[in-house]
Amino acid sequence: MSSTGASIIDELPGPDGRRPLSGDQAGTGRLGDRIFKAAASGAGGIVVVLVVLVGAFLLITAIPALRGNTANFFTSRDFTTSPLHFGIVQLLWTTVMSSIIALVIAVPFAIAIALFLTQYAPRWLARPGAAVIDLLAAVPSIVYGLWGAYVVAPKFVPVQDAIQTVFGWVPFLKGVPSVSGGTTILFVGLILSIMILPIITAISREVFAQTPMTHKEGAIALGATKWEMIRTAVLPFGKPGVISASMLGLGRALGETIAVMLILSTIPNGAPWTWSFFNGGSTFASLIASNAPEAISDMRQMGAYIAAGLVLFVLTFVVNVIARVIIERRKAFTE
Amino acid sequence: MTTTTPEIERPIVPGLGGRSASRTVKNTVATAAVWLAFLIALIPLVWILWTVFSRGFGSLLHVSWWQKDQSGAGAPAFDHSLRGARHAVVGTLLMGLATAVIAIPIAVLTAIYLVEYGRGRVARAVSFMVDIMSGIPSIVAALFVYAVWVTTLGWTLIPLCSSLALVLLMVPVVTRSSEEMIKLVPNELREASYALGVPKWRTILRVVLPTCFSGIVTGALLGLARVMGETAPLLLLASYTQYLNQNVFSGSMAALPTLINTQSLNIAVPIAADRVWGAACTLIILVLAMNLLGRFIARFAKVHK
Repeated sequence: MSSTGASIIDELPGPDGRRPLSGDQAGTGRLGDRIFKAAASGAGGIVVVLVVLVGAFLLITAIPALRGNTANFFTSRDFTTSPLHFGIVQLLWTTVMSSIIALVIAVPFAIAIALFLTQYAPRWLARPGAAVIDLLAAVPSIVYGLWGAYVVAPKFVPVQDAIQTVFGWVPFLKGVPSVSGGTTILFVGLILSIMILPIITAISREVFAQTPMTHKEGAIALGATKWEMIRTAVLPFGKPGVISASMLGLGRALGETIAVMLILSTIPNGAPWTWSFFNGGSTFASLIASNAPEAISDMRQMGAYIAAGLVLFVLTFVVNVIARVIIERRKAFTE
Repeated sequence: MTTTTPEIERPIVPGLGGRSASRTVKNTVATAAVWLAFLIALIPLVWILWTVFSRGFGSLLHVSWWQKDQSGAGAPAFDHSLRGARHAVVGTLLMGLATAVIAIPIAVLTAIYLVEYGRGRVARAVSFMVDIMSGIPSIVAALFVYAVWVTTLGWTLIPLCSSLALVLLMVPVVTRSSEEMIKLVPNELREASYALGVPKWRTILRVVLPTCFSGIVTGALLGLARVMGETAPLLLLASYTQYLNQNVFSGSMAALPTLINTQSLNIAVPIAADRVWGAACTLIILVLAMNLLGRFIARFAKVHK
């Protein structure tokens, strides 16, 4: 069991090909059975209702603020709540870009570590190694924020300066003089990549470990080296699992709040804007967390933040559905 | 791997003259790369733990850290012996407890539904929603509770509100782990129980759950560890206070994450930095302790993968 809170092992038939149990309809229809079944089904119902309510309540409470909004919600870069003048372009850009940077860094590492733990590591190291990677998921995100903002960021400044000097001609890598101290979108992406590494690793590990022994032995018998065996047997088998793990990791990165809030330099309203990874900014989550507490007693202003939260909810919802669909298709493929 | 055939007997087929250099190099590079990736991933973990413990552990050694809250003689100049983090530790534990009390029954019952009762489309829908729920960002959960509690019902925020938001984050984690554990209970046990005429609900309560009890406890502890480290819902729903509050139904309540967040604004001041890293160290010890306890309990599980 991993502490990442995500697992796909239960989606798959066990090694002996048995499907997971589903309701065996052994209930007797006696009072005790009926009550217990109602309680269990009710709990399942609560889960469904809660998720639906999250979307519904966010939408309903955001409507008054959206009506009073004097800017175009989808095309404006401003976000002021008194008067209501807000749009999501800048938030969307910062959120998506920092998460994609995180994904680009984390996925290769996660795949390599999962391969290491399932195919390469000596027996004595495999289990403790996996537990150590899982520990990264146990570190509270505010600790990542503190560590990133006050310990790593100053050390990361020379690296970013070097990147700017060499690749400054690339449109997205232009230097931004107003953001100092290394607390840029690029740096947030780096810290986020560490935070999502354990979840991607844990799921990749599970699917790699399930590669049928016959596939692996077949490759070896054909004279493949260990790496060729992995390339031809393990990786193709694990590909859908890795993709869906990456989507789950992306979902986590999109919604990460306090670490981003502590690290990323905010840009004051009306400051010049550039589409650079060395810019600061706010993600949906960090904007809500840093500004909403001041507006907590004003429902109209809160409506603007709830509208931003709704977009974040939809974004993570879509990403998670894609992850789920890929798993379902893989399930159909392996059964 | 390679057999030692005399040179003369080896068939002369182009391309089969043993492993080519490039293949050997690729294999070696791949081996080195995966080892390196694993070792690199250890750097942040060690670095974080070292940072937090070297900067924060000192604060924990003061008795007042555990005995006093942050209320004190108002002057900015004060020493460690005057104020502590008791209010935040108590707040984190109380809100965590409230979350667990609400979330664990829902999660375990949902898991029982998914394994023992659920069939077909409805079960798939519930399972799907558990997945979606586990992807809900914590700040969105907080906004949801705000939208219901304040905007719709018009009530004032109390510490329990943040527990309610945390419930949304804890339920999917505990549901998934409990589900995994209940599935591991051999079907023969259920069938034996049915054969003795035991009704299904008693079978679940007296046979299935006791068999996988330690696994469920492990999942609950891991879920609790996750939500106790959460900050975002607390920022919105539980305003920080420097006073000790032991009632989740009224007032404001401090927690370790909000203590860190408040004090980090003055992190340049040494005493504030001590509090920040001290609270971070306390939080990380708390969370890691629950994780390790969970794994330790899992060792005594009656069912294993």
